Amino acid sequence: MSAQDDTTQTQPGPWQTVKRGLRLSPELRRGLGFTIFLAAVTSIGRLVVPVGAQQVLDKGLLGEGGPDIGYVVLVAALGVAALLVTTGTNYLMNRRLFVVSEHALASLRRRTFRHIHDLSMLHQQSERRGALTARVTTDIDQVSTFLQQGGMVLVTAAAQIVVATVVMAVYSWQLAIAVWIVFIPVTWLIKWLQGHLAAAYTDVRKSVSKMLSAVAESVVGAGTVRAYGVGARTSERLDASIDEHRRDQTRAISRSAFSFGAGELVYLGVNVVVVVLGAFLVAGGSMTVGELTAFLFLVILFTQPVVIGTETLNEAQNAVSGWRRVLDIVDTEPDVADPVDGVALPEGPLGVRFEGVRFAYPGGEEVLHGIDVEIRAHSKVAVVGETGSGKTTFAKLLTRLMDPTSGKVRIGGTPLAEVTFASLRGRVTMVPQEGFLFNGTLAHNVRFAKPDLTDAEIYVAFAELGLDDWLETLPAGLETELGESGANLSVGERQLVSLVRAYVADPDLLVLDEATSAVDPATELRLSSALDAVTRGRTTVIIAHRLSTAETSDEVLVFDAGNLVQQGPHAELAAEAGSVYAGLHGSWREQTRSN
Amino acid sequence: MTLPTGTAASLDDQPADDRILRQGLRNIGDMIRLEPKPFAVGAVGAMANTAMTLFLSFVVGWVVSSIAVPAYESGEVVLGTVMIGVAALLGTSIIRFSTMCARRIGAGVMMFGVQAHWRRQITRRYLALPVSWHQKHPTGTLLSNANADVEAATRPLAPLPFAVGTLFMVVIAMGAFFWIDWAIALVALGMFPTLFALNALFATKMAPRAKRAQELRAEVSAVGHESFDGALVVKAMGREAAETERFSATAEELRDAMIGVGRLRAAFEPAISGLPEIGVLVALLVGLARFEAGAIDLGQLVTVSFMFSVLAFPVRAIGWVLGDLPGSVVGRRRVDHVLSATGDMTYGQAELPETTAPARLEFDAVAYAYPDGKEALHEVTFTVEAGTTVALVGATGSGKSTLAHLAARLIDPTRGTVTLDGSDLRDLTHASLARTTALVQQIPFVFDDTVRANLALDRPGLTDDRLWDALVAAGAEKFTAALEQGLDTEVGERGTTLSGGQRQRLTLARALAGRPRLLILDDATSAVDPKVESQILTGLKDSADVASVLVVAYRRATIALADEVVFLEDGRITARGPHQELLKTHQPYADLVTAYERAEAEREFEGEFDDPEFNDPDFKDEETAA
Repeated sequence: MSAQDDTTQTQPGPWQTVKRGLRLSPELRRGLGFTIFLAAVTSIGRLVVPVGAQQVLDKGLLGEGGPDIGYVVLVAALGVAALLVTTGTNYLMNRRLFVVSEHALASLRRRTFRHIHDLSMLHQQSERRGALTARVTTDIDQVSTFLQQGGMVLVTAAAQIVVATVVMAVYSWQLAIAVWIVFIPVTWLIKWLQGHLAAAYTDVRKSVSKMLSAVAESVVGAGTVRAYGVGARTSERLDASIDEHRRDQTRAISRSAFSFGAGELVYLGVNVVVVVLGAFLVAGGSMTVGELTAFLFLVILFTQPVVIGTETLNEAQNAVSGWRRVLDIVDTEPDVADPVDGVALPEGPLGVRFEGVRFAYPGGEEVLHGIDVEIRAHSKVAVVGETGSGKTTFAKLLTRLMDPTSGKVRIGGTPLAEVTFASLRGRVTMVPQEGFLFNGTLAHNVRFAKPDLTDAEIYVAFAELGLDDWLETLPAGLETELGESGANLSVGERQLVSLVRAYVADPDLLVLDEATSAVDPATELRLSSALDAVTRGRTTVIIAHRLSTAETSDEVLVFDAGNLVQQGPHAELAAEAGSVYAGLHGSWREQTRSN
Repeated sequence: MTLPTGTAASLDDQPADDRILRQGLRNIGDMIRLEPKPFAVGAVGAMANTAMTLFLSFVVGWVVSSIAVPAYESGEVVLGTVMIGVAALLGTSIIRFSTMCARRIGAGVMMFGVQAHWRRQITRRYLALPVSWHQKHPTGTLLSNANADVEAATRPLAPLPFAVGTLFMVVIAMGAFFWIDWAIALVALGMFPTLFALNALFATKMAPRAKRAQELRAEVSAVGHESFDGALVVKAMGREAAETERFSATAEELRDAMIGVGRLRAAFEPAISGLPEIGVLVALLVGLARFEAGAIDLGQLVTVSFMFSVLAFPVRAIGWVLGDLPGSVVGRRRVDHVLSATGDMTYGQAELPETTAPARLEFDAVAYAYPDGKEALHEVTFTVEAGTTVALVGATGSGKSTLAHLAARLIDPTRGTVTLDGSDLRDLTHASLARTTALVQQIPFVFDDTVRANLALDRPGLTDDRLWDALVAAGAEKFTAALEQGLDTEVGERGTTLSGGQRQRLTLARALAGRPRLLILDDATSAVDPKVESQILTGLKDSADVASVLVVAYRRATIALADEVVFLEDGRITARGPHQELLKTHQPYADLVTAYERAEAEREFEGEFDDPEFNDPDFKDEETAA
């Protein structure tokens, strides 16, 4: 483990990554030996033609006593038989490779996906979502492509070089050594070219993502571009990014052509050696004509892997770094983990207690400075404060989407960190401000937390919250398609749906984080009184920027710059002249009832 | 959105094979016409390259018969002959290398050129097509039109020159075989068409499977994206396990599809690589018989077997092109779907006079129907008189945003007219319209650029002083000043480094910076604290550059600033007039805007009865007891 820790600091070598990857996906190791055996047998098949040609020439045509037709037919028959066998092993190897690697990678995908959901990065750093999606998609795709194409090519290419060398050495050890003397320096050249090629492809990847984000702007920001008449400006930026991408692509392809050229160079060098040295060896009687001919064929076995391997190595580098990124994510310990021997929450309504709770985002300043508060079971509590005062952080700590940096949160008397997720998520539900909706029907979204709800039950839920009128305005009712992220609904309507979704989950502690901020006042009030009726007897914590909610709650918590500065019933707090709450409330009154 | 899934499906439908071939070849023809020069370079390079490969077979044959055999027979090496052999090898290699470069680079330049051409055209269409068209197409689809679909459409170009070279080579090689010996040529006639058929069969069988795998890859990605986008909801409701199952289900479909691809490859690949090798053995047998008969010499025998092995690989290039055809046809069709989309918003020639005086906006019997036919606004008539502020009030979903979009001409009315200072918006030039009006949308959009660039958008005359004035008016100067590099700070893609409220104030400042004569605020301060909002609004009212304002609002403070209120119910104006008057005369309006007050009043009223004396259960019990 410690070696692994050391290497994550620097860049771990490709082998270490592959070893780590194999450790994590034991399915890949199973039968690996057999697959390699099949690959070895398959590459022996490539020797049939050179050896066959040598035998036909030496023993069949130029043999003592003139051409021996019977022998040639025998060689040809044996050759065909060998080819049929190796074609069979080739088939088996390919099949095994796909079946094994796809099964292993599907389970790696699944595990990584789940693990990412367990990490709180997702909602803490929303800008990283795209990158995290890449972990379970393109990164693993790259590994898959590599294992099935590149990886196999590398294995068979290596095997091909080995068997070709063995046969060459049998025919003429001098010539075999000479071939390797030419071959080795060229591999250095290839490695060098390889680096340049990889750099060019890195540029291509950068410019493609730049281009895509420029295209995304012209799509997502179409309204803004139109309203400000900045089409020409946007167009220029797009053209620039498209041209840059094209330039980078062209440069990469030119470099790859040169890398391919290295293959030609190997071929030329080895061929020249074989012809010149071979001529002398044949003249000296230490080599036959057939053997020299076989060499000329074997040279191709040497060159092909080099040509194909150049591109494969590039792919391999990408695949290995993709693999490494996946492994790094899987190795990240979830900061908010499901406790091992967790307990279930006690039955009945839940109270909450914060004891000296502090919170700072990783690497950031502290945003909550020691909060001590008790929220009684059955009560309705409003949390108010200006933007950035720590309200949302408070809600996330309350629902254990994050853990405090220090201090403790207790729920129903039990420390929150000791409650199993199964129990916690079933009893405590939060409705965030941007209640994400999934692509699908309205009913599908409401059923998110409770898949077995009937349509009738969903109707009842809407009616209980006084939203049945709204539901009736929808042409397809519960079957209305909401579109990508609920785009077919207005922002306010989306909030209504996510509220119903939380309501049907039937939690004992409901936390609303500005969950109705985009709903019109009349609807909001109707909703809030309906909610009061149906949540009576449960604990409700409402983070609100409209103070109408505070006015109707049992208690108000006022946050200011990360501190809890006031706590008590609305009327009491509003009466404290000069207090934060009095200020907020005054401004709210001014806004809602001027004139 | 409203894009019926049926359309998408019909785009994907696999048309009959001959149609694919025809359309695929027509697509290739179109692309050659776009980039004829690099294609010519690539194709000529490929032909020369394969010709050289053929020539190499003769060199190898000659080396065996003219160097090796004499050396074997005489025991001596004729240095001159060896040097000729070396020179021939060197010359062949040089030409092979340079023609290979021509082939690869030609193909690349051609493919990337066509890609860039289409990408430019597609993004131009995106900018020209109306916002309503955008709303009909999911963002993901539009992004993949410009990326994945363009790539798919051009994919056959990469192996195209190679394939052209191969076709040329097969013809020449057949000639060479017949020139050497008819019997051997017959072997070649048997082998090459079989190899060609195997490759073609493989490619056409593989294409639908590869496409299915590609679609599933997109699906896995879509599920992953969606699930991670909704991570907070997933976690808050404890649905990680269910989401993992959902993701796994598509991942397993992808796995099975890939295994299907693998099975097919396992069946064909060994056959395709094994067949030429069997061909060499057969050629050797036949060659031997012909050698016996004295029809060919030893060098020719070697040449022929060598040709069989080196020519097998290029035949694959034809398979690659064929394999990429179906995908390219689908990709091209999707590209064309964008390029041929009509309904561009066209602009007129009229210019409004250059003035700073506020503009007058008039809606005359305006109706608007969504592309699906549902009418969102009916017979809307009202005016924003020059220099006045009109508040647009209505319940969630009553059509306020649609009306704001009409005023900024993001969309055009289905019936009726919207005029600015008497000119129909449709008659104005785009520049004149953009200069005169500014729309601040509900969901703020910022470009991946600096704060300054986001505010100024390259509009002339926007000095830093003016930008700071706008920032002050929008209540955004404090956080902007606190940014590490002030106006030069990069805000990141979609402004990720800013909070929602900051983005909103930044877009408000962007609107104000242009000193518009008509300002349209579509619930543009919803993510801003009430306190901050009231500062902004008072600032607007006191501003030196008075503009006409159309504001979508819920908050009474906002409404109170308006000279007139337009009240929308289900897409119809049901009341107009000053706020105070509507309060008295129009009950639905009063119900909506005084909701909070009434709620409080009711509470206070109920509160009187909440008196312990009335409610105390013990008290009551005593009563009944007594």
